[in-house]
Amino acid sequence: MEIITRQKIIDDLAPKKFGWRGRVWVIVLLIFCFIGLVAYLLQLSKGLVVTSMRDYASWGIYISNFVFFVAISLVGSLITAVLRLTNVHWSTPLTRIAEIIAVSAITFASIIIVVDMGRPERFYNLFTHGRLQSPIIWDVVVITTYFFISILLLYLPLLADFNILLQIKKRTGSRLNKLYSFFGSFWKNKPEQIKINNRSIQILSITIIPVAFAIHTVTSWLFATTYRPGWDSTNFGAYFIAGAFLVGSGAVLVAMYIFRKAYKLDKYITNDHFDRMGKIVVMLALVYLYFNVNEFLAPAFKMKKTEEGYLHGLFTGVYSRIFWFALSTAIFIPILILVNKKGRKPLPAFVAGCLVVIGSWFKRYLIVTPTLLNPLLPMRDVPDSYRHYFPSWQEWAIAMGSLAGMMLIITIFARLLPIIPIQETIDEMEEHEKD
Amino acid sequence: MSTSDTSRRDFLAAGLLAGAALTGCSGNENPFDKAQKSGMITPTGKTVKLLSVDGEVVEMDEAFLRPVSDLPPVSNAEARVGIPGKKFVMVIDLSRCKSVKACQASCNHAHELNPGENWIKVNVMQDAEYTAPYWQPTTCMHCDEPPCVKVCPVDATFKREDGLVLIDSDRCIGCRFCMAACPYTTRVFNWEAPQIPKEMAAKPYSCETSTPQKIGTVSKCDFCADMTRKGELPHCVSACPNGVFFFGDMIEDTVSNGAETFRFSELIKDKAGYRLMEDLGTKPSVYYLPPVNRNFPFEDKEDSLGEKKDKIKS
Repeated sequence: MEIITRQKIIDDLAPKKFGWRGRVWVIVLLIFCFIGLVAYLLQLSKGLVVTSMRDYASWGIYISNFVFFVAISLVGSLITAVLRLTNVHWSTPLTRIAEIIAVSAITFASIIIVVDMGRPERFYNLFTHGRLQSPIIWDVVVITTYFFISILLLYLPLLADFNILLQIKKRTGSRLNKLYSFFGSFWKNKPEQIKINNRSIQILSITIIPVAFAIHTVTSWLFATTYRPGWDSTNFGAYFIAGAFLVGSGAVLVAMYIFRKAYKLDKYITNDHFDRMGKIVVMLALVYLYFNVNEFLAPAFKMKKTEEGYLHGLFTGVYSRIFWFALSTAIFIPILILVNKKGRKPLPAFVAGCLVVIGSWFKRYLIVTPTLLNPLLPMRDVPDSYRHYFPSWQEWAIAMGSLAGMMLIITIFARLLPIIPIQETIDEMEEHEKD
Repeated sequence: MSTSDTSRRDFLAAGLLAGAALTGCSGNENPFDKAQKSGMITPTGKTVKLLSVDGEVVEMDEAFLRPVSDLPPVSNAEARVGIPGKKFVMVIDLSRCKSVKACQASCNHAHELNPGENWIKVNVMQDAEYTAPYWQPTTCMHCDEPPCVKVCPVDATFKREDGLVLIDSDRCIGCRFCMAACPYTTRVFNWEAPQIPKEMAAKPYSCETSTPQKIGTVSKCDFCADMTRKGELPHCVSACPNGVFFFGDMIEDTVSNGAETFRFSELIKDKAGYRLMEDLGTKPSVYYLPPVNRNFPFEDKEDSLGEKKDKIKS
């Protein structure tokens, strides 16, 4: 790594105004969010009948999206906690990217679950009448905990950066300065402050790991605690966590590439970062592949009558196209790309990351829908529309709106605050000089 | 039909209340006097005879009759506990079913279900390629280990002392976890607003009648808890022309389809009764008698939606 001066680092990493590309991007995201909001207002006035969900497919892409959001949010704990605790230093510039992905994803996971409710105005019943034996209550508890720990892991490392940003008032503008001083004016870079802060981050990094495992395990139990083919599995917790780390790391690859291009961060997010993240994605894809084999091989070997329709549907039947598409894009092609050294260059790594994210979204769709359309008793005495599920435009609009909303939070965050931690980069650089 | 039913019920309730008011008041203070003096009520001169709660026949002026709102017969707290000393059970005799679906029609009517929704489904079953096909009506199984109750986050669906699993639609948040949890897929969701007259929709919800249906909440077969409280048979039982459904109390050890009554234990023993998906450990309260020595040959005149084929052609 070449040596960069402190001043240069601050200049490079301080938040910058959007260029025209940035503005167009924000406008596009806002349009998606707006369409989603309109669709939701329509759903509120007419009820869930505007969706394509019916009594058999009683959950649809809202729940798929919820699982997707919870999954992608797990990367915050992987990059900030697991890598930090194992003394991996190269990941420092990526911590904040991972953490803002986590916070924005978990925010929209909560929003989308309320969207799925038939009576959202009774949300408070979860607190006034909550019963601890329901996995939904467990999910509410762990998701809330994870949200606050993630917010703290985002905020605490920012304190030192606020201090730096407040020293370059001219560049940032008065509005942003108000924001910085509101959140960070008490920070004086005193040794005691730094000591307390580092210790807090250390404790949170340890705490977030079991909580992160808990959120996705509990989310998998929303399915695994039922008797349905495809969900009635003891493999589900581990299978979900493996998939979650994979999609989150894919998302980090995508975000790294975009931020590097948009903010010209070549010196900070280097080719070496893509190389290392690429290797991590390969490893995670292999782990996820292993859990997929576990999830399908044993039931397919036995081919129990209750599982038969479900398994045939996935492998050769109505869902087979989506199934093989999802497995190829989320696992096989990314492994083939990233296993080569050339494939771990920024652009191909970015493509692989995109594939992982897209494939993983469809994988979540396949976790929810095929099972529900293969009930244990035959589908009978229901209108024809109850036997199929293809999301209505309102569902697509809301799902896309929520994804756009998540990206909007990340984009706005990067506009207001340094997306790469300034102080930590300077510290790393000084460490490097000593060596 | 249903509206005339309710108006009759209103009328009776009004009569009872008015009668109770008359007998309850001593001669010194007639609550109707004040109203009469202020000119709010003018007697019509026509009198009606009413039966008071004490069984006394009283006579009063028609002008005093007022319709009262149809309050649920029992409070929510009572409806959640159930009827003490009872354990309700249903026996469905598959040898008698020819998919007439009178059960379904009477159930849908009594519970004000939206068109297309059915709590009772009559499945065509064929367990293996060479085994005999048969009709299998399914209701809620009112499991003793109900998976739906386990997963409900807000105690909106609950298990009562008398074995019934009911739903409080005023509390349900519409998460549909219970629908995913139920292995018998017996639960029905109100995707759209119930298509019932405004006056009916405005009535207070009762867990025992499961009416009025509420948009955005889950509903299902309730074993007609309101009928059982009155000591009557559920609607499907009395509607079935072939006597397929038997209903009763395990503690009394009696089940009846209206025309015939059996010892529950003997019926199950003699006819080799069984429950659905015993291996799941849900312990249903609905028992089936196998489709042997059938009263009717199996004839499937329905399309896959469960509609009669000749009906569609016409």
